[in-house]
Amino acid sequence: MDVIIDNMPRYLEGFSMTLQLLVVAAIASLVLGTFIAIMRISPVPSLRGFAAAYTELVRNTPLTLILFFCAFILPYLGARMPYEQFAMIGLSVYTSPFIAEALRSGINGVPIGQAEAARSVGLGFGQTVGYVVLPQAFRMVIPPLINVIIALTKNTSVAGGFFVVELFAIGKELANANGDAVIAVLLGVATFYLLITIPLGFFAGRLEKKWVVSR
Amino acid sequence: MSNSVLFDAPGPKARRLSITLSIVVGVLIVAGLYWLYAVLAAPRPSSGGIVLPGMFDPSRWDVFANPEVWTFIWSGVVNTLQAAAAAAVLALILGVVFALLRTAKASWVRVPTTVVLEFVRGMPVLLMMLFILLGFASGAYWAVVLALGLYNGAIIGEALRAGLAALPRGQREAGLSLGLRELQTRMLIEFPQAFRQMLPIIVAQLVVLLKDTSLGYIVGYPELIRSTMNNLASFYGNRYLFSFFIVTLVIYLIMNLSLSWFARWLSKRTDSARRGGKAKKNVPVDPGLAIAQASATAAQSESKQGL
Repeated sequence: MDVIIDNMPRYLEGFSMTLQLLVVAAIASLVLGTFIAIMRISPVPSLRGFAAAYTELVRNTPLTLILFFCAFILPYLGARMPYEQFAMIGLSVYTSPFIAEALRSGINGVPIGQAEAARSVGLGFGQTVGYVVLPQAFRMVIPPLINVIIALTKNTSVAGGFFVVELFAIGKELANANGDAVIAVLLGVATFYLLITIPLGFFAGRLEKKWVVSR
Repeated sequence: MSNSVLFDAPGPKARRLSITLSIVVGVLIVAGLYWLYAVLAAPRPSSGGIVLPGMFDPSRWDVFANPEVWTFIWSGVVNTLQAAAAAAVLALILGVVFALLRTAKASWVRVPTTVVLEFVRGMPVLLMMLFILLGFASGAYWAVVLALGLYNGAIIGEALRAGLAALPRGQREAGLSLGLRELQTRMLIEFPQAFRQMLPIIVAQLVVLLKDTSLGYIVGYPELIRSTMNNLASFYGNRYLFSFFIVTLVIYLIMNLSLSWFARWLSKRTDSARRGGKAKKNVPVDPGLAIAQASATAAQSESKQGL
């Protein structure tokens, strides 16, 4: 226990880096994922195909490999950036297809009658999607989206293996420095992760129960 | 098919527009890919005034003519598959055990299990690997297998629990009325059905497990990424870094895509097998999503039964 209290500043440093990774990657992947989802349902076949191929490829590539690409190959090809930003790019790209899938399942979950009604009032594709389908879909996809964000929180730990000093990297460093209290040190790290994931999970579960009832 | 409702059945004009747009976008995409290719293939001047060959120059790919390289890559693939298989077996066993404990009647079993499962599911697998690696000095292989087995076991347990809750209550009552004991009813009557129902989700989760073996790279297990990107690339020099990356990526895609397709095929087959009921269910592309939805439904039906 003393180990954790003594090293609190280090823990907090790592925690704030984890939060930064989480927030930036979450926002970026939400934007990217929404684009992909819209392409996926658009009337233009080649956009649909592109979005499907992107989803399939990125989802089947391990996160470790994507972050490896960002941390080693991109600098090798000439990109110059701090490692935190590389990690943010990698995490956003990796998370975006999951966001897109969550959105798409929400869009498919909106009753067809809604879209039919919008169409019969004379709204076009953009209006139907923008004013009628997406607002409802967003409400329905909030629980699945939170689940994706929880997974993202856990995935930020992988960045710790690629030169980003966040919670996992701090835990590794402290565990190496305090060989006699490894378990305490790592339990401390786990607590910080649970501090993010458990409340989010609880929140999602709550919403989900409501959502299931309402259908 | 909510897709077709979103826009009119295209008339001749719209169809022409759509085709034009499609071609324009297609050309843009191909142009983008070509641009990427051209940038990568261009010779790159380096700091000392030396011009290095482009990424697709034969001099960057000649290592792959060497059979020893392939033997080494193959050993990485085998290590990856071995860890994944061991972890999958462990995860399935743990999943059944967790589901049993989680649905136990006695609250002194159920509540602690729930807390432990919540804990396991809430922390990163990577942290669990480090925990096992340093806390139990187990070696990298066991760290990878145990952590993945435990984590995915918790998730599969949750899926199975949702499957159990979704079964009609009559199944359990029929078993009990035949004189089977509680555990017998669970194992012989309820589990086989829950397992079948959740099989597509479970296989999809196993794809995630296979992907996650790559975390072994960080804890020092010589799986595919470590053996190609670390060992081979540092042995043959930075020149081959990009080539090794492409080969690793392709191997991973082949493994994961074939397993994903298997999962999808399985879910389609089970869907058509029990046509009628809830046939129009979506294919679980993201097992996390599917499990969350299933367990929400389960929680709801539990609270309805006053359990």
